Amino acid sequence: MPYSRSIIDDIFGGIRPAARALDKAATTIQGWYDSGTIPQKHWNDVIETAREYDHHLTPDDFFPSKTPSASSFGYAFEKLHCLSIDDFHRPDIETLLSLGEHYLDLNVQKNPDRSVLKGKTLINVFFENSTRTEKSFELAGKRLGADVISMQIASSSVKKGETLLDTAATLNAMNPDILVVRHGSSGAPALLSQKVSCSVVNAGDGMHEHPTQALLDALTLRQAFDGQIDGLRIAICGDILHSRVARSNVKLLNMLGAEVRLVGPPTLLPTDSDKWGVDIFHDMESGLKGCDVVMMLRLQLERMSGAFVPSKREYFHFHGLDRSKLAYAKEGALVMHPGPMNRGVEISSDVADDPDISLITQQVETGVAMRMGILHALSEAQDLTR
Amino acid sequence: MSTLSIKNARIMDPATGYDEHGTILVTGGEITDFGPDIAPSGDIIDADGHICAPGLIDMRVSTGEPGRENRETIATAAKAAAAGGITSIVIMPETDPVIDDMSLVDFITRRAETAPVSVYAAGALTKGLDGKSLTEIGLMSEAGAVMFSNGKAPIADAQTMRRLLSYSASFNALIANRAIEPSLSKNAVAHESDLSARLGLTGAPAAAERIMAERDVALAELTGGRLLIDMISSSEALDVVRRAKSRDLEIACSVSINHLALNEVDIGDYRSFAKLDPPLREESDRLALLEGINDGTIDVIVSDHDPRPAGEKRLPYAEASTGAVGLELLLAAGLSQVADGRLDLMAFLAAVTVNPANLLGLKSGRIARGAPADLVIFSPNAPWVCDSDALLSRSKNTPLDGRRMTGRNLKTISKGQVVFDSSL
Repeated sequence: MPYSRSIIDDIFGGIRPAARALDKAATTIQGWYDSGTIPQKHWNDVIETAREYDHHLTPDDFFPSKTPSASSFGYAFEKLHCLSIDDFHRPDIETLLSLGEHYLDLNVQKNPDRSVLKGKTLINVFFENSTRTEKSFELAGKRLGADVISMQIASSSVKKGETLLDTAATLNAMNPDILVVRHGSSGAPALLSQKVSCSVVNAGDGMHEHPTQALLDALTLRQAFDGQIDGLRIAICGDILHSRVARSNVKLLNMLGAEVRLVGPPTLLPTDSDKWGVDIFHDMESGLKGCDVVMMLRLQLERMSGAFVPSKREYFHFHGLDRSKLAYAKEGALVMHPGPMNRGVEISSDVADDPDISLITQQVETGVAMRMGILHALSEAQDLTR
Repeated sequence: MSTLSIKNARIMDPATGYDEHGTILVTGGEITDFGPDIAPSGDIIDADGHICAPGLIDMRVSTGEPGRENRETIATAAKAAAAGGITSIVIMPETDPVIDDMSLVDFITRRAETAPVSVYAAGALTKGLDGKSLTEIGLMSEAGAVMFSNGKAPIADAQTMRRLLSYSASFNALIANRAIEPSLSKNAVAHESDLSARLGLTGAPAAAERIMAERDVALAELTGGRLLIDMISSSEALDVVRRAKSRDLEIACSVSINHLALNEVDIGDYRSFAKLDPPLREESDRLALLEGINDGTIDVIVSDHDPRPAGEKRLPYAEASTGAVGLELLLAAGLSQVADGRLDLMAFLAAVTVNPANLLGLKSGRIARGAPADLVIFSPNAPWVCDSDALLSRSKNTPLDGRRMTGRNLKTISKGQVVFDSSL
């Protein structure tokens, strides 16, 4: 049973009184109310304040007796695939982020309800090498009770000449429930999703999209800015042309009401990106002005055919993030990077490693929780439609 | 601060169209005042009714420094420039090593510190002029490079040219590309025509120039980069530029003084001193180019100063090097065309002063209060005969040797100092 409602209603007498008593935004309390849980970092506050109301709570009262369901957030989640941010409405995104927030609680994450994906099979199909994304999905699946196997197709039958659709047929014959796919060609996971009878999660396709990364970035921002993404000014900087992370983030952050800017040399900005609902800048000084968040992207040297920038030296001089360029942004601006970083090329180590301004380790941490949320939602949608 | 006055001059400023007799006052290397009713003070130069105009700016000068100092050094080129009324020169990167790095831009700047005229460096567009890999355009701009060029060779690969224009746009850097379609111009030593066919010389058709100019115009339009079509020589390429400008595209184009003064007939009996790149073309092309300056289609006239020792020129025509010196002849050869009635004097002056200054972002090239006192005093109709042995340049290769010229430089003033005086 969700326990937060009884705490909010019985002890404080409703959402607004609770917000006043705890000195939090009413939307935050509303979030607890809807999700049924209270994040662990707020437990102490609630226990202390409840004591003033003559209620003696212990941490045991906060253990979730039941995992929230994806449709407990107002709208039924009915999407079978996670291929692109375009697949989702705003309510879907809210559901996914709320589920991600639920799993962010370490107590929940480490002692999760293993029945969520019980009896389901998750196959990681990675046509490109990856460490963090693959392991993050593997961990997310295992924590929710799924049988997880990982296939490194990059080093197997594709080398022997098998086509993508042959691989799809082979995989389908194993009756998986969820396929997590990364592929070097844009649109490959979408093609695969038409040929298999299970859910497909796009874990990065070519220069197209990486929706789970965008969702975890949004979740990280929600945590860092107390749930308020709308109105934030966010600069996405660097190699936008080759970045699937940038494409997904532009869509998602725009949907969530942020003011998104793209900053990079003209050779690394996609054609007509000014029509994406973003502002375009070619120099860091004007691009970072007044930004709350600076999201750096990796210079994807492996995807570059021909010369896009003259040298790493010149790139860092004009477009690499160091303290002096970060000073152009709003005071206290936070820094993100989807990783892996090229230190000294797009970001200097002292910025990347400063825990006061860098959200980079939080992004990795959020990754597992967000992916648990996505897998959970897809699995529920499957049960709903079957 | 010392004051210098130039009195009794016909002051011509192509930036504003100003053309009046009067006095120019110079203090501390800057023009402080000018006009008909200024009282001269300090050191006085009597211009004796001759024309005083902004010092010339030559956007295309090759030297042999570093690497081939037997051709020319920066110091000898600067001295020749002063004698020719030129107060600012832009050195091409085609040296050994190629100027493709900020430290080499810095080298040119330091070597030019003691030069009598202002010397600027053009950076290479590609590393070692290989036509493929971008150079550090941003860092070289910061180090002082005023434009970027690939030397004599064009950027053949369209994707590379596109990235160059696109990348440089964020630094607002000027990209100069030669209008040569390489496969059509392969092994060419002359203009493709009846004459070169009779002489048995491989020719480059004017279409080769037109094709490359069309390509670069399209790429500049696509990327928003700043393009200079470097040294056109045919009326076909001129038409490309004219059409681009009628569509309000910001494209600039230059022509060498040789192509305004000479035509293919000047190679006559295999005169290798008239072997140039681009090749001299037909008389109709020459007349079209002159008209292109008068109507403003062509922005800039360059000397294309390319010093070559006699050993590289006195060879069978096909084997000789291309190129001619021009620093000391740019003004006189232009004035000769003015005297012939083919060229408008103000249009000519604009193409060698304010137009290049605007393209390069220089404060000079105009007569205005606060502008650098870079000035030239010349007679527009003094007759003389060109003698290549009398040239100050280390190399003497000029196709104009023995020509009758009309108009001559009398005095050159750079940053308020007299750096050349013909009466001395």
